[in-house]
Amino acid sequence: MSTIQTSMPPGAAMGEPSAWARMKTNRNFVALWFMLPAAAFLILFLAYPLGLGVWMSFTDEKIGRSGVFVGLENYEWLWDDAIFWLSVFNTLLYTIVASAIKFAIGLYLALLLNRHMPFKAMIRAIVLIPFIVPTVLSAIAFWWIYDAQFSIISWSLIKLGLITQNINFLGDTSWARASVIIANIWRGVPFVAITLLAGLQTVSPSLYEAATLDGATSWQRFRYITYPLLTPIIAVVMTFSVLFTFTDFQLIWALTRGGPVNATHLMATLSYQRGIISGRLGEGAAIATAMIPFLMAAIAISWFGMQRRKWQQGSDQ
Amino acid sequence: MTDTAALQSKTQSNATATAAKLAAGDDSEGMSYLESLPRRLITLYLPLGIILLVLLFPFYWMGLTSIKPDEQLIDMEKYNPFWVVHPTFKHISKLLFETQYPRWLWNTMYVAVGATTLSIFASVLAAYAIVRLRFKGADTVGVLIFFAYLVPPSILFIPLASVIQAYGLFDSPLSLILVYPTLLIPFSTWLLMGYFKTIPFELEECALIDGASRWQILVKIVVPLAVPGLISAFIFSFTLCWNEFIYALTFLQSTPNKTVPVAIVNEFVDGDIYKWGSLMAGALVGSLPLVILYAFFVEHYVSAMTGAVKE
Repeated sequence: MSTIQTSMPPGAAMGEPSAWARMKTNRNFVALWFMLPAAAFLILFLAYPLGLGVWMSFTDEKIGRSGVFVGLENYEWLWDDAIFWLSVFNTLLYTIVASAIKFAIGLYLALLLNRHMPFKAMIRAIVLIPFIVPTVLSAIAFWWIYDAQFSIISWSLIKLGLITQNINFLGDTSWARASVIIANIWRGVPFVAITLLAGLQTVSPSLYEAATLDGATSWQRFRYITYPLLTPIIAVVMTFSVLFTFTDFQLIWALTRGGPVNATHLMATLSYQRGIISGRLGEGAAIATAMIPFLMAAIAISWFGMQRRKWQQGSDQ
Repeated sequence: MTDTAALQSKTQSNATATAAKLAAGDDSEGMSYLESLPRRLITLYLPLGIILLVLLFPFYWMGLTSIKPDEQLIDMEKYNPFWVVHPTFKHISKLLFETQYPRWLWNTMYVAVGATTLSIFASVLAAYAIVRLRFKGADTVGVLIFFAYLVPPSILFIPLASVIQAYGLFDSPLSLILVYPTLLIPFSTWLLMGYFKTIPFELEECALIDGASRWQILVKIVVPLAVPGLISAFIFSFTLCWNEFIYALTFLQSTPNKTVPVAIVNEFVDGDIYKWGSLMAGALVGSLPLVILYAFFVEHYVSAMTGAVKE
């Protein structure tokens, strides 16, 4: 007993640690230092530019000279700009058509991959490759596949006797829209399929066995077991898919740069063209800011959709 | 006590386990024995085959074009375009020795490694603070970080360009190393939060009682146990960096400073109809590092992708 008492430093014996020692173990203080690097990056290069972008949209800033506040002038200008409205239409068309088809094919592919087959692991790994390869590099391959003169698709269709002359994939407005949508679907399907597959694997096979014993058809099994259990993950995956499609830039820039006659200009590409290439930063920022309400609407829809679902299923989380 | 902890961590790591199972392939046969072979052929192998063919064809075409001699590229009547008669490495050697391609590859690699390392460091600290320090407002910070993940680069590149200009980093790969973490930190933090939750809290309590500081706990206990999560975050972040385009296009002006995606779009595009060989070779060589990396870490990649979505 006595040895313990003597080994204690005087003063600390009564358990009154110094202010520094208390600071060191205060979790709020320690957490501040732990959060600092991430917070610094996100505030300096994300939150601040986000606010700056909204501010810039109210100025007439150009490359090389700082702007003055002009109020809503940029937005009034855009309101009367047919090309801007065309880009809004293109963006919505691109997002809705591509997302719907990505969802349909992705879900179908996920259901196929969920079945038992040889080389299952390898096939699943291969499916994801289009998602791994940088978009621009695969878009370049599509550019060559869509070439006006040497397109392999045109060549094959001519040899099959279905068409008589080359299709001008990226030169004709309707074909160009269809072509970029197809390239986007090609790139997005693996992501949708693999994430939905992960959701499918959490569904217990015994549910299907029970349903089969009760005489359910394969459509009924999908509609009343798979689909309800998969809804939350579908909501998340599709939110991401819609967001990334809506704000897509690189695929369009690599394939068409917005042409022909602005038929494939999305809001992001138009913003780049007006803001960086023409140097009218304020106007470009206004186009980019105009995307924010759409994005918030997409997030809100999926958020409330999920809440409603949870409420129906009686989850307490 | 340890049993419940183990059980808890087991249930929590379900997401990881599913992802691993997903990549490895499970042996459960389910009800597939009820199907006859012809039926399986029509409902499974045929549609799957078609989808795989469509998904892989652009890569075949890319590879084929990059080893095809020019005269076969533009003469589709004499030669069957789906095959190559006398393959040549002319395009690839031209790419590697006559253009600045190795330099662009190096830039991309430098930016990707730099940005990923910085982000993983920041994310590990942030994720640990949010999950385990439970400071005041930790949940709010977690939600804010999730929202940061949803902010797309397309609405940030214009104001960021002027921020980068103001910092004097324009046309420097360093600007990308500083900006890419905004894309990577939200994702990696979210992923690592999931991993850290699976580490039994009791381990940390023991260390705290033994007098370890929070930093020591993080470095000596949490990080070694979360290595699979770190690899997942690393691979995914690396791929995202390699794929990023709009920031690189906006911030980098001079040819030697460009990254592969930007250089390929801007530097090869001339009126030459023979450009296709080197263009495809460039796309192929630029994709290979990622595909090789992916081949080694499929499971980690898939768990990163699905883990982040599931949280």
